[in-house]
Amino acid sequence: MTVTNPNALALVQGHAMPTQNRDGGVAAPVIHTAVPQGHGVVETRDFKIRARDVNVFYGDKQALFDVALDIPAKSVTAFIGPSGCGKSTFLRCINRMNDTIPSARVQGAIEIDGADVNAKSVDPVVLRSRVGMVFQKPNPFPKTIFENVAYGPKIHGIATRKDELEAIVESSLKKAGLWNEVADRLHQPGTGLSGGQQQRLVIARAIAVSPEVILMDEPCSALDPIATAKIEELIDELRSQFCIVIVTHSMAQAARVSQKTAFFHLGKLVESGPTEEMFTNPRDSRTQDYITGRFG
Amino acid sequence: MLTWLSLLFLALFALAAFLLGRGRALKAAGGASVRLHSLPNYYGAYAALWAGAPAALLLLLGAVFGGRLEEAVLQAERPAAVSALTPDRQDVFFSDARAIAAKEAPSEVAYEGELKTALDAKVAESRKITAIVRYSTIGLASLVALIGVLLALPRVGLEFRARNRVEGWINGLLIACSVAAVLTTLGIVLSLVWESWRFFQSVNPLSFLFGTEWSPQIAMRADQVASSGAFGAVPLFAGTFLIMLIAMLVAAPVGLYSAIYLSEYASRGMRSTIKPLLEILAGVPTVVYGFFAALTVGPLFRAGFNAIGAVLIGGPLDGVGQYLMEVQNQMALVAGVVMGIMLIPFVSSLSDDIINAVPQSLRDGSYAMGATKSETVKRVILPAALPGIMAAMLLAVSRAVGETMIVTMAAGLQAKLTVNPLDTVTTVTVQIVTLLTGDQEFDSPKTLSAFGLGLTLFVVTLALNIIALRIVQKYREQYD
Repeated sequence: MTVTNPNALALVQGHAMPTQNRDGGVAAPVIHTAVPQGHGVVETRDFKIRARDVNVFYGDKQALFDVALDIPAKSVTAFIGPSGCGKSTFLRCINRMNDTIPSARVQGAIEIDGADVNAKSVDPVVLRSRVGMVFQKPNPFPKTIFENVAYGPKIHGIATRKDELEAIVESSLKKAGLWNEVADRLHQPGTGLSGGQQQRLVIARAIAVSPEVILMDEPCSALDPIATAKIEELIDELRSQFCIVIVTHSMAQAARVSQKTAFFHLGKLVESGPTEEMFTNPRDSRTQDYITGRFG
Repeated sequence: MLTWLSLLFLALFALAAFLLGRGRALKAAGGASVRLHSLPNYYGAYAALWAGAPAALLLLLGAVFGGRLEEAVLQAERPAAVSALTPDRQDVFFSDARAIAAKEAPSEVAYEGELKTALDAKVAESRKITAIVRYSTIGLASLVALIGVLLALPRVGLEFRARNRVEGWINGLLIACSVAAVLTTLGIVLSLVWESWRFFQSVNPLSFLFGTEWSPQIAMRADQVASSGAFGAVPLFAGTFLIMLIAMLVAAPVGLYSAIYLSEYASRGMRSTIKPLLEILAGVPTVVYGFFAALTVGPLFRAGFNAIGAVLIGGPLDGVGQYLMEVQNQMALVAGVVMGIMLIPFVSSLSDDIINAVPQSLRDGSYAMGATKSETVKRVILPAALPGIMAAMLLAVSRAVGETMIVTMAAGLQAKLTVNPLDTVTTVTVQIVTLLTGDQEFDSPKTLSAFGLGLTLFVVTLALNIIALRIVQKYREQYD
């Protein structure tokens, strides 16, 4: 397994080293814990999301069993596991997208910065403006590229004047690495872009409202290898500003982009920990079997 | 009767051919049907088709065209006494001769002298011709069936591709069915065009399309006090579009909002209750809506407007009050509103399908951005579904334009060029009905004008439908 991520390597080499991020500042050390069998240093202030005893039911069928997981801020966490293992379900709990499925029921606590997202006082609409999401299939709205990115700022009243909107659209598209390709055709339909460009457009749309967390549900599974490489590069860049959670079927991708990995199997969280450790020295035999390709 | 009997015999004959063909194939294979190219039944079916189909077609043609043939032969030679009659009376004479020959009731015309002799001769001749046509058809059919079997059976063998042949027959049958529908449509269009052409020979097309006066009554005799007839279709089309506009003002918002509710807001239980109810509304015959409009809504509206008028009379709006007091049961508004109610399920069920066709991924995308349900509907779903909804509206418009029953009963018959919804107006379809019902002669411009109206209406609704279908197609491609 080749690991191209310098951070992951740094973590393997021992201690949590402060790493230089692209803004030139010094990023907080990222420290990982394995829950529940945690060992090592637990430093909760670095965790953006904490989940405890999460159970999810679709009608009578239970999809998730007692999931407990801590997701670090300003880093990439990957969920891996065979199809139907519940990783997407767990992802959708974080921004309460499961609310849109009438038969879905979520129990347990999921906290972002210490506040339970399932609390009665939390409006899912507000929550989702803080937790952006990118889907498996690129889903730009049948509007212009500009309107796609301006969608969030408009509905949340972040920007109303045209020049404010233009500034947000430009900076979001730049962050998503799409600006150079679309700058001269902002007012053409977003559906006319290629698959990889559409996916970056959707990422630009998500970051236009400056969320704290970005959830990505298999963002590259519908893309070719070149487009995939671009998205992975983008994820690595966005890591300095956002807490990113990515569901992926590709273990190579998990190894390339993530700092922490969680392995799901049959609705249970089997194991989680620093990515490099997971891939080199998994504790659970099921993880071992999965990452060596023996099943799934 | 004889035809039915011969068809029954033919069916038995085809069954026998089936068994023969199947048996022959099995015999050729020595009982092991795997050695045959096709399943044994295909060999039977092949023989049965050749035995039955051409002969059945012949019998059918005989039944349909035999009568025409008899008539033509019978009328070929006309005795002097008959030729002396007017053409109308000649027709009666011959139809009486055929009726008596067929032992049916003739007309009440009395025949005497030479005519009586001629009639008796023709009756005898008619009987003879009928018998000849009938038996020759059956004889010919039997011959064809026999030849069919004799041709088909020898071909049945190990290598014979019976399945392909039978499938060829089925293919032909399918083509014939679809061609029948197309030919019927073509026939209707051609007859419309032909009769309209006759109409436009007596009425200038320009004065028909752009004339503003419609009074199709024409003096039948020189001394009659009647108008000379005016065929300006503008008031009719104005009435049609006025009522259509009112109907769409009712149906478009109500139908669209109910579609949005059903597809985006309603719980599953609610949806499964309301949708069938709306579809029942779509199944109510328009004549029921018609008398609902004429007997319930019309008087209700009149009472309402009269009450408002009573209040206004004597006040600053005295003129309006006076007018409202005189409003009648029949008005464009009543017909339009009831037609709008009729169109609600049509619009809502089409729009519901279209909104449901908007991919779930777009909804997810919008919700994930923190959009509320109404923002998602307004900003993502409706814009995405707009072309389809437009097409649904256009289809509703073309139904409104073609609707007849409600307007006949609720809008009145007076051709007025007005935009006042409280006035009585008439529509193209209503005029066609009144022009063509009852005893009419088919060579006056009055009746022929119905075809002119029909053709114009046909062109209008066809154009609307084509535009609607184009839009729907374009919209489908957008997501695929």
